[in-house]
Amino acid sequence: MTLPDRTRIAARFGVGVAEVSRRLGKGGGSVIGGRAILALDPNALAHLSAGRKVALVSGTNGKTTTTSLLATALSAGGRVLTNLQGANLPMGLVSALADGPSGAPAVLEVDEAWLPKVVAATRPAAVGLLNLTRDQLDRNNEVRTLASSWRSALAGPAAGTVVANADDPLVAWGAGRATNVVWVGVGQPWTEDSGGCPNCGDRIEFTPSGWSCGACDFARPRTNVELEGDRLRWQDDTTLRLDLALPGRANRANAAVALCVAKVLGADPAAAAGSISSLGQVGGRYAKIVVGGRKARLLLAKNPAGWMETFEVLASPPGPVVVAVNARLADGRDPSWLWDVPFERLRGHFVTVTGERAWDLAVRFRYAEVDHTVIFDPLDAIRHAARGGDLDVVANYTAFQEIRSKLSPVGISTL
Amino acid sequence: MSVSICLLFPDLLGTYGDSGNATILVQRLRWRGVAAELTVIHSGDVVPTSCDLYVVGGGEDQPQALAADQLGVRSSSSPLVRAVDGGAVVFAVCAGLQILGREFAGPDGVPRPGVGLLDCSTRPGRRRAVGELAVEPVPGLGLDRTLSGYENHAGVTTVGPEAEPLGVVVSGVGNGSDSGVDGARAGRVLGTYMHGPALARNPDLADLLLGWVVGPMEPLDDSDAEELRRLRLSASQRGSVSGLAGFLPRGWRRILPLR
Repeated sequence: MTLPDRTRIAARFGVGVAEVSRRLGKGGGSVIGGRAILALDPNALAHLSAGRKVALVSGTNGKTTTTSLLATALSAGGRVLTNLQGANLPMGLVSALADGPSGAPAVLEVDEAWLPKVVAATRPAAVGLLNLTRDQLDRNNEVRTLASSWRSALAGPAAGTVVANADDPLVAWGAGRATNVVWVGVGQPWTEDSGGCPNCGDRIEFTPSGWSCGACDFARPRTNVELEGDRLRWQDDTTLRLDLALPGRANRANAAVALCVAKVLGADPAAAAGSISSLGQVGGRYAKIVVGGRKARLLLAKNPAGWMETFEVLASPPGPVVVAVNARLADGRDPSWLWDVPFERLRGHFVTVTGERAWDLAVRFRYAEVDHTVIFDPLDAIRHAARGGDLDVVANYTAFQEIRSKLSPVGISTL
Repeated sequence: MSVSICLLFPDLLGTYGDSGNATILVQRLRWRGVAAELTVIHSGDVVPTSCDLYVVGGGEDQPQALAADQLGVRSSSSPLVRAVDGGAVVFAVCAGLQILGREFAGPDGVPRPGVGLLDCSTRPGRRRAVGELAVEPVPGLGLDRTLSGYENHAGVTTVGPEAEPLGVVVSGVGNGSDSGVDGARAGRVLGTYMHGPALARNPDLADLLLGWVVGPMEPLDDSDAEELRRLRLSASQRGSVSGLAGFLPRGWRRILPLR
C-alpha cells in the first residue's frame, strides 16, 4: 500500500524530529515527533494504519503490560510496530507507525478516552479491552460515560474482533454492540465502579460465578475463554498453562487477553505463550534494582483497582514497602482515591511514605493504623526502607517515572 | 455508650473518597476510648432511623437522583428526617449536600425535590468547579482554622434564610454564583462542597460533628493532618492548573493530552 505523498513526507519529518529530540536528551521523542506528523497531516493515523494489521489495547489498568505481552507474542512472525513508552495518545501512535516498514503489523496501547477516535482512524483487526475503573477523577468525571462512548464506537463490525473481559460489567457494556466478540473471563476484583447497571441504573449483583442486573437482562456474557488460576480454557476444552515471569493475578489476566488477541491475529496460542513467559519487566514495572545491597522491586499502582492487585504481589510482612504518590496533571490532581484503598492490609509491613503527596498518605495510614515514616525525597525513602531488607516500591504514574529516572544516574545497578 | 455512625449509599455516592469521612469519625472516637460502630447502608437497603451520625458523600448525577429517591423527598416519613428529628447529626458532601436541600438538578438538568433537611437549592452551573477549595468558617461554630478541601462539581447552591453557610470562600468556588460562601448548615445538619475527604484535612470539623453527639473531647495528635492542611492551603493560594481546567468545555477536559 502506497502512502499519500503528504503522509510520507510528514512521517519522515516526524521521525527526524524525534531523532533530534532523542539526541538532545529530551526523552523518547515519540510525542514531539508525532505532533510534527499530525501538524503536517492531520489524517496521518488513518493513512499510516491503512494496509497493515492493527491491534489496539485499552482499559484503565494493564494497558502497557498487555501491549508489551502482545507485541512479544507476535514478534516471532517478524517485526511488530508498537508504542512501548506508554505514549498512548494519537501523537504517540503515529510516531510508532511512522518509524517502521509499511505492511508490518502494529500493536498499539490506546488511552481509554481516545479509543473511539483511534478505532475510527485505524480500522483495527482486533481490540483487547481489559477493565474500566475510576482513575484521574478531575479529568474523567464519569467512568460510565467512557463505557458508553466505547459502546457506540465499537458497534457493528468496525472494530474487527473485540476481545473483552466478561467479568467487568462496564467493559461488557462497552463491547456489547460489537459484531464479533471473544468474551474472556479473566476476573475483576474491583467492583465499586460497576455497582449500578449501565443499561437501566438498577443494582448489579456480583456472585462467585458472575454478575447480573437485578432488574433488566444485562448479565455476564457467556464466555469463549476462561482464565482458571494459571490455565486458559477454551470452549472446546483446549487448555493452555500460563507460565509467566511477571507476578500476580492481574498479569495472568493481561496475558490471557494478549494471547486471545494474538490468536485472533493468527498466532498459535501455545507458541505465543512460550514467547511471553520470560518477559520480566515492562517499562520498569516489576524491575528490580539494587539499593544499599538490597533488592528493590518497582511496582506501579495509580488507582484503587490497581492497588487491589498490588496487595496480592507484595512480599509478606514485615517486608519493607515504600509508597510514593504525586498528584500532578498526569496522575489526577485529586488523590482522594487513597481513601478507597484498604491500606489496613499494609499493617505489619515496614512502611515509608514519600512523594509530593506524602502527607496525604501519612494521614490515610494513621487512620488505617499502619505504622509509617514520612520521607519526602523518594530516593531517601528507598534508602531508608532498604535497611529493613529487600523491598517493594509502589508508586503512581509520575512518582514512578521520577523514581525510575533518578535511580540510574546515581549508579544503582540493574539486576 | 456506643456511638453508631451510618455511611449512606457508598455504592451511589462514593466516587470521591468521601467514605473516608466515616472511617475518620469512627477512629477518632475509638482512639478516645469511646465505642463506635459503623453501619454501611447500600442502595436498596432499609435506612435506619436510630443512628447517631449519618455521612453522605459525592457522586454522579444519576446515582445522586437514585439516592434522593431512597432517602424520601420532602416527606416527614423520610428515615433521615425522622433521625434528625430525634437528634441525629448529618454530614453531607457535594452531591450529598445537594440532595439534602429543598431542590437539586436531576440528570436531565430539570429541578427535582430534595430531602428538605437544609434550606438550600441547587441548579446546574455553566462551568464545572474543579480544584482546591479553602473556606473561612463562620463565627459561632467554634472552628478557628481555615478549612481545606478539593471540589469537583457543576452545581450552584443558594442558601435560604433557614440555613447558614459553613463559611466564606477564600479560594475556589464553593456554592458558586456570586455568593462567595460554601456549604449550608441548619442545626446539626451540615453540608459542604469539600472532598479530600474533608475530615482528613480538617480534624476540628470532625470533632465538631462528634462533639454534637458525645460532648467535649480530649484533643488528639493531628500534626500530620495539620501539615497536610497547611500544604493544601498554600497550594490553593498559588492557584492551580486544575482550577483552569474547570473553565474548559467538558469534552476537552476528558481528552486533554496529559500523559
